[in-house]
Amino acid sequence: MSEHIVSVRVYITIFLALLVGTALTVAAAFFDFPWRLNTIVALTIAVAKATLVVLYFMHVRYSARLVWVIVASALFWMGILFAFTFSDYFTRHWLSTGY
Amino acid sequence: MQPIESFEVPAPSKVNYINAQYGLKSWLLTKDHKRIALLYLASITFFFFIGGIYALMIRLELLTPQGDFLQSTTYNKVFTQHGIIMVFFFLIPSIPATLGNFLIPMMIGAKDLAFPRINLLSWYVYLVGGLITIYALLAGGVDTGWTFYTPFSTTFSNSYVVATGLGIFINGFSSILTGLNFIVTIHTMRAPGMTWFRMPLFLWSHYATSLIMILGTPVIAITILLLAFERVAGVGIFDPELGGDPILFQHLFWFYSHPAVYIMVLPGMGVISELVANFSRKNIFGYSFVAFSSIAIAVFGFLVWGHHMFVTPQSVYAGMIFSFLSFAVAIPSAIKVFNWTATLYKSSISYDTPMLYALGFIGLFTIGGMTGLFLASLATDVHLSDTYFVVAHFHYIMVGGTLMAYMGGLHYWWPKITGRMYPEGWGRFSALVIFVGFNLTFLPQFIAGYLGMPRRYHAYPPEFQVFNVLSTAGASILGFGMLIPAIYFVWSMRYGRHAEPNPWHLPGLEWRTQSPPPTENFEVTPIVTWEAYEFAPPEETEVVGRFGPELERT
Repeated sequence: MSEHIVSVRVYITIFLALLVGTALTVAAAFFDFPWRLNTIVALTIAVAKATLVVLYFMHVRYSARLVWVIVASALFWMGILFAFTFSDYFTRHWLSTGY
Repeated sequence: MQPIESFEVPAPSKVNYINAQYGLKSWLLTKDHKRIALLYLASITFFFFIGGIYALMIRLELLTPQGDFLQSTTYNKVFTQHGIIMVFFFLIPSIPATLGNFLIPMMIGAKDLAFPRINLLSWYVYLVGGLITIYALLAGGVDTGWTFYTPFSTTFSNSYVVATGLGIFINGFSSILTGLNFIVTIHTMRAPGMTWFRMPLFLWSHYATSLIMILGTPVIAITILLLAFERVAGVGIFDPELGGDPILFQHLFWFYSHPAVYIMVLPGMGVISELVANFSRKNIFGYSFVAFSSIAIAVFGFLVWGHHMFVTPQSVYAGMIFSFLSFAVAIPSAIKVFNWTATLYKSSISYDTPMLYALGFIGLFTIGGMTGLFLASLATDVHLSDTYFVVAHFHYIMVGGTLMAYMGGLHYWWPKITGRMYPEGWGRFSALVIFVGFNLTFLPQFIAGYLGMPRRYHAYPPEFQVFNVLSTAGASILGFGMLIPAIYFVWSMRYGRHAEPNPWHLPGLEWRTQSPPPTENFEVTPIVTWEAYEFAPPEETEVVGRFGPELERT
């Protein structure tokens, strides 16, 4: 398999982007957003950063389709974890048993 | 069709993977999958011995209703450490890391696994994880139960939770590396002609196991990490006072740990498929059903974890879904059991030691699986939760299933691994002793649990004593039964009869090379032109078992 060489410039750019993301996370923590936006903002920044790491640092952007399938299946499995866990949390209050 | 008689087995060479190189260094730095399998074999046997000593202590304590042998706090540590050692350091690596490591390349006609260095690394990672865990045990032990439930593990326990967790965390990477290696090997290194549907079912089950290892293990690693963060740094993940939820721990823990049960039992099912087909000398009934049921178990196994939490504040609606899916996952397991049984029908069964273990497995796994359905029912589970019924159920799966399959597989491939035969008479005798001892140990626990005896207590009401006396007596027989193979396996390595390349007269690729195999497994890359379990017509190979056609012909 031929290895794609990523230039140092790309690495530094991504690294700086991650630093900006971290700064944004810290900055956002000082604001109390209305509704459920606190969680949504924090998770959005985190997902964006994770995506950069996966695409560039882990070379997935330059990898074969099979690698994309593997990444997608991992995300799908995380989806299972979230969906079934939330099936508990979102329906707990349906029965007012005092919990 | 290639009759078994016409196999081209190369003349035995004096050089094989065992004597190709000498010295400690040649073992510790080996990249040969067969040698690494033996390194694993020695390591997991060591951990099995330690876990067994803890089991002995548990059974001794429970012989009498009073807590007279161990204090309650010591007892908590003993059952915790029994569970941790047996689950993480014996059962999970048992079949994949030893038999899987040894056989996967041989069964597909490859020279080694795809990543030999990673294979060796996985063993070292396993050792580091094991040593850290042993340090934790020696330093003071851990008393949370192998499940590490919060808030006890994060807030109240005074034992070595973080150190033990670190050991398990590191050990998880060994599991991931092994799974990765197996998947890549099976995808890319099959010999010419070895199509997916010509693969022995052992490979399908290991493929499914590897999927679980890769997809599930990172979650337990993260969960343990979060637990450590909360315990050490007070980060609020599971503590309600800090905004956390203790049930979240159980969700995360069981997302891995329920599929981990399938990591333990799926390779065992692969072994049993080999044994049933080969010792009844018949193509397996419904090959593709057995193959895909492994994948189905791997996938469905991830959707049922909530059945461990029916008596927690988990939503009853989620509970209903988990209950339904738990019943659903029984289907692929049942497909296997029915297909094995159908394979036996009108076949030519030989009752050699491996087959005795296989038949034992089918019976015990069925009991273990069916009692699992009791626990998957929402209402029944309320009565049975945290009783000895649960203990009996999962021991029927893990010991009656995995351990029986492991022992069966070890006997079956022992001639290939060591080049020596084990003593068949002693083999059959010990298989029967183990079967009897096992049932005497765990059947009474179903009854005691059903009548209300809780698990994880060092003292219990006197009316349960009769069940515990039976159980301890059974455990003694089981322990004795396990010692017999331990002795004769070691004995056979020096004094056992030399094994032929194909002592069972079977078509699988691993039998088409010398025993023990050369370092490269095969002199030339085999070309596969036959189906899995394709036996010669009965008139050509009418004699089965060890004293088969070879002797008849000569």
